Amino acid sequence: MVASNSYLESILNGQPKLPPSSTTWFNQLRAHALEQAGMLQVPTTRDEEWRFTDISPLTRLPWRPSHALAPTQLTDVKRFDLDESTIKLVFVDGAFMPHLSSRLDGSEHEGLVATDLSVAAAAHASAIEPHLGRLASFENNLFAALNTAYLHHGALIIVQPNAKIQKPVHVLFIATQAGTAIHPRCLLIARAGSEVTLVEDYVNLQDEAYVTNAVTEIALEDNARVNHVRVQRDSIEAFHIANCAVSVARASCYRSVSVALGGRISRYDLNARLAAEGAECLIDGLALIKGRQLADTHTCIDHATPHGTSRQSHKCIVDGAAHAVFNGKILVRAGAVRTDSAQSSRNLLLSARARVDTKPQLEIFADDVKCAHGATVGQLDHEELFYLRSRGLTENAARNLLTYAFGAEIIDRIPIVSLKHQLEQLVLAQTEKIEP
Amino acid sequence: MIRDGSRILLEVRGLRAVVNGIEILKGIDLTVRSGEVHAIMGTNGSGKSTFAKVLAGHSAYQVTGGSVLFEGRDLFDLSPEERARAGVFLAFQYPIEIPGVANSHFLRLAYNTVQAQRGQEELDPLEFEDFVRDKMKLLEMNPDFLDRGVNEGFSGGEKKRNEILQMALLKPLLAILDETDSGLDIDALRIVTNGVNKLSTADNAIILVTHYQRMLNYIVPDFVHVMRAGRIIKTGGKELALDLETRGYDWVGAERPVTAGA
Repeated sequence: MVASNSYLESILNGQPKLPPSSTTWFNQLRAHALEQAGMLQVPTTRDEEWRFTDISPLTRLPWRPSHALAPTQLTDVKRFDLDESTIKLVFVDGAFMPHLSSRLDGSEHEGLVATDLSVAAAAHASAIEPHLGRLASFENNLFAALNTAYLHHGALIIVQPNAKIQKPVHVLFIATQAGTAIHPRCLLIARAGSEVTLVEDYVNLQDEAYVTNAVTEIALEDNARVNHVRVQRDSIEAFHIANCAVSVARASCYRSVSVALGGRISRYDLNARLAAEGAECLIDGLALIKGRQLADTHTCIDHATPHGTSRQSHKCIVDGAAHAVFNGKILVRAGAVRTDSAQSSRNLLLSARARVDTKPQLEIFADDVKCAHGATVGQLDHEELFYLRSRGLTENAARNLLTYAFGAEIIDRIPIVSLKHQLEQLVLAQTEKIEP
Repeated sequence: MIRDGSRILLEVRGLRAVVNGIEILKGIDLTVRSGEVHAIMGTNGSGKSTFAKVLAGHSAYQVTGGSVLFEGRDLFDLSPEERARAGVFLAFQYPIEIPGVANSHFLRLAYNTVQAQRGQEELDPLEFEDFVRDKMKLLEMNPDFLDRGVNEGFSGGEKKRNEILQMALLKPLLAILDETDSGLDIDALRIVTNGVNKLSTADNAIILVTHYQRMLNYIVPDFVHVMRAGRIIKTGGKELALDLETRGYDWVGAERPVTAGA
């Protein structure tokens, strides 16, 4: 594959020299990732993991690094704030914006570190080093390798033991420049007994093509609780590739709701490993796409130890000639007895040209486990439509309401009222069809 | 109640309907006047639920013959939503669950749609909240049911109460209750039927579709019709229901010679 190698070379050569970190292992991690990236290929549809997602249009885009922005161009970013009081970390085209982000001082934020990774790497090295670049392995993952090779700014969130952080931590990645590649990075470490809500939010200020290549790593220690809300509202012309790796320790609970709205082509890989007994994860997703969008979600829930619980509900609402892909792997390793897992994939096609490929994938190597899964693909239910029409709603109004409800069931699980409301309005706006 | 000066609401003549190519209704005749309560009884498969759904406009059933006039208009010219707005209401045997839509939102949408059609005042969410809570008292419903998804996780009895709540909000001229008594315990049956009785006026009419007589102890019908094989084979007063309760359905029609193959 000469073509992809020269493409990769051009990406790798085109990147600016990053300032070396004062931390040796940080520099070594970058160098190792760069070396890996140079040995990997751009995946094609011949790779099983990328069967339905042809990312060749991505290779026609120059991965120009973004340039520094004048602050005057950033007048419009307030609208991305959530109504609730939050702790904000704002990144514009990958660069940390201290003046737009929260300053954590005072006792209110006791037990919380929320800052830029490049600045804090040295001070928090012992906490970071076991997780950064290790949870999200880049050995066989080109995009994670590229992200790690250009590791610089990023969100670092550490919740100290038993700290219960009331305000959500809102990590906002704003894309402003066409033709650039951005490598957003998040690391969340929830120490034993701690609780936190993370909102990972991708937004844009322009409608043209760019590349977001994100990596998020989340480590939950014993008895920790993490609520992870991920909203991907990149431009409709953008490419969004993201890897998220989660490690869930003893009796801790990871809940996530991810919503994919933007992107010409988007791909989200979520790997959650239930690494100790009694770990629990609840993973919900919604892809709402139209036109020529492609949204691909690959998840792997890895039951590595006994008594783990996982619940997953993934939904896609597909209109126009859009294409949704879901691959949901549930891995129950040998010895992971008493695993309790349930997965559902439900898909709604709103047009004759819309397409969905859904594949639940159960790999069970342990006895005494409970694993349920199911997948449906279809149009709106006739009985539901008739019920609403028999109450006076027009067929169109009934369709709109049912489509909205299909998505709202997932969005309802977001624990932040204003964000939930915003997204519900978005679903309404996108699925509402005008009276014919 | 049969009253002087009542007017004809529904006139069914020779109604035939098929589903999946199989004829279920084979010529039904029925006249319903304002103020009246009609019970349509019959065994499973007699066509009584199909009749209810055809009147409401379910698309799975194809009308192949006969006519239905509602207030003098051809009912089959109207879509299901137009029928609802004109005053036809079907309480479902199996109300549909719609997770993701709050019951209060659904009820208000239906209420306002029908109000707008009648040129009457629509209510905003706060006004509606007071209004609907008041109606819920009629059915001894917990206000918590407003915040839940439409029928989501409701018990059988709660779903039926929610149906009658919709009847109370939409104030239909003709309410068709399709096996509203099924799945109700004695207390729920009393509450639901009490609610229906309070909604019954000299201007509207009710058709009760039921298998059993027990609901008719609470809602007293003016007419009882027995359906078999897609036809009404016998019509009588409320005593007929008691006869059916003691003697079963088999004797009905046996009194009258039936042509072989009919």
